[in-house]
Amino acid sequence: MSWTKDEMAKYVATLLEKGSSVNLGIGLPSLVAENIDPSKEIMIHSENGVLGVSGRPSKKDVSPTLINAGKETISINQAASYFDSSLSFGMIRGGHIDYCILGAMEVDCERNLANWMIPGKKVTGMGGAMDLVNGAKKIFIMMTHFNKHGEVKLLKKTSLPLTGKNVVDDVITELGHFRPNGKTFEIIKLASGVREEDCKLP
Amino acid sequence: MKSKVFSNAQDALFDIKSGSTIMSGGFGLCGIPENSIHALAKMNINDLTVISNNIGNSGRGLVEILIQDKISKAICSYVGGNPDLEKRMMNKEIEVELVPQGTFSERIRAAGMGIRAFYTPTGYGTLVAEGKEVKDFDRPCILETALEADFAIIKAQKGDSFGNLWFKETARNFSPLMAMAAKTAIVEVEELVEYGEIEPENIHLPGIFVQRIYQGQNYANDIEFLKTNES
Repeated sequence: MSWTKDEMAKYVATLLEKGSSVNLGIGLPSLVAENIDPSKEIMIHSENGVLGVSGRPSKKDVSPTLINAGKETISINQAASYFDSSLSFGMIRGGHIDYCILGAMEVDCERNLANWMIPGKKVTGMGGAMDLVNGAKKIFIMMTHFNKHGEVKLLKKTSLPLTGKNVVDDVITELGHFRPNGKTFEIIKLASGVREEDCKLP
Repeated sequence: MKSKVFSNAQDALFDIKSGSTIMSGGFGLCGIPENSIHALAKMNINDLTVISNNIGNSGRGLVEILIQDKISKAICSYVGGNPDLEKRMMNKEIEVELVPQGTFSERIRAAGMGIRAFYTPTGYGTLVAEGKEVKDFDRPCILETALEADFAIIKAQKGDSFGNLWFKETARNFSPLMAMAAKTAIVEVEELVEYGEIEPENIHLPGIFVQRIYQGQNYANDIEFLKTNES
């Protein structure tokens, strides 16, 4: 009826061009790393200071000093490099990273993204998200379609504090692939068995 | 030349006082200055301003001094994963300045490089831009100022007596930038090596940016989320 988390990650992985670079956010987007076809030679960037992330390590290769931005242990590929946070964000802000895949609390038709605080309720902080949405060439949002109260997260206009203004290119949820166009969300693809009215688009 | 080598954390941190501004390296718990943090916890000081990406995480790292109420102001980019900080922030028990991570690292780098301020597109149109000068280049950018400190406490894998440093894997993160931005950079190392032992090509931070160095001990090197291809 709708995509599982792994199906979402597999679908997002197919959107990435061969030979490109991609930064994966914490949570759902991190699942994309496991689903990229190695023959596509995609370089995964993690903003804590590594380019060339290569999925999970074997038990014997685990290192406490080799982690991704989600603080999970990782492994690297043969062309990987390490660097400090300033150089890492230079790659991002300087427009050298092709794709950024981020989670979200809400996204709206005007391509605005909110993913760092709910006033009075929750603060996670923006981390690197504000730099990523202003630096990477394409911004994909990978998130659940509804919040835990069952309310749709693709809105006409978000009222939450923004992470970035007019920055979102595409949104992928368990129901499908959507593109904000200023007025509404264009449907690029629906998961099998999902109907347009299930999506509750604005 | 006066020696930069100190015998332990307690000696190296001797002049940190109440009201000091301290930068602390590390991303989550990766690359944190464990010995210096334990030493701060034993010092009778408070009203610290602490500049660190996460202010500890998962109840560890800088959380040790956070829960002693030694920190009055925190400058950081991320609170997620640090419930002790989020609770104090929501209850207004501590002042927290949230800075986008790229702006955070660049403000620190700028201080060390003698750049007073810079324009960046990051944060435009958000709460981060409030009260800041906006200037249009190819797109609107906001003015951000350099971030400096009295002290930096950082950890490197290897260092020599001049303070030349070598970092392991992703443990480098903010640490070299913080050493450059602080008046006094205090470095703890897992291996204190002979003067000149690190090849010049492999020095990640030249010792000119380091004022004090000591051999650390009993490193926990905690893993926050262990993921393997078998799990």
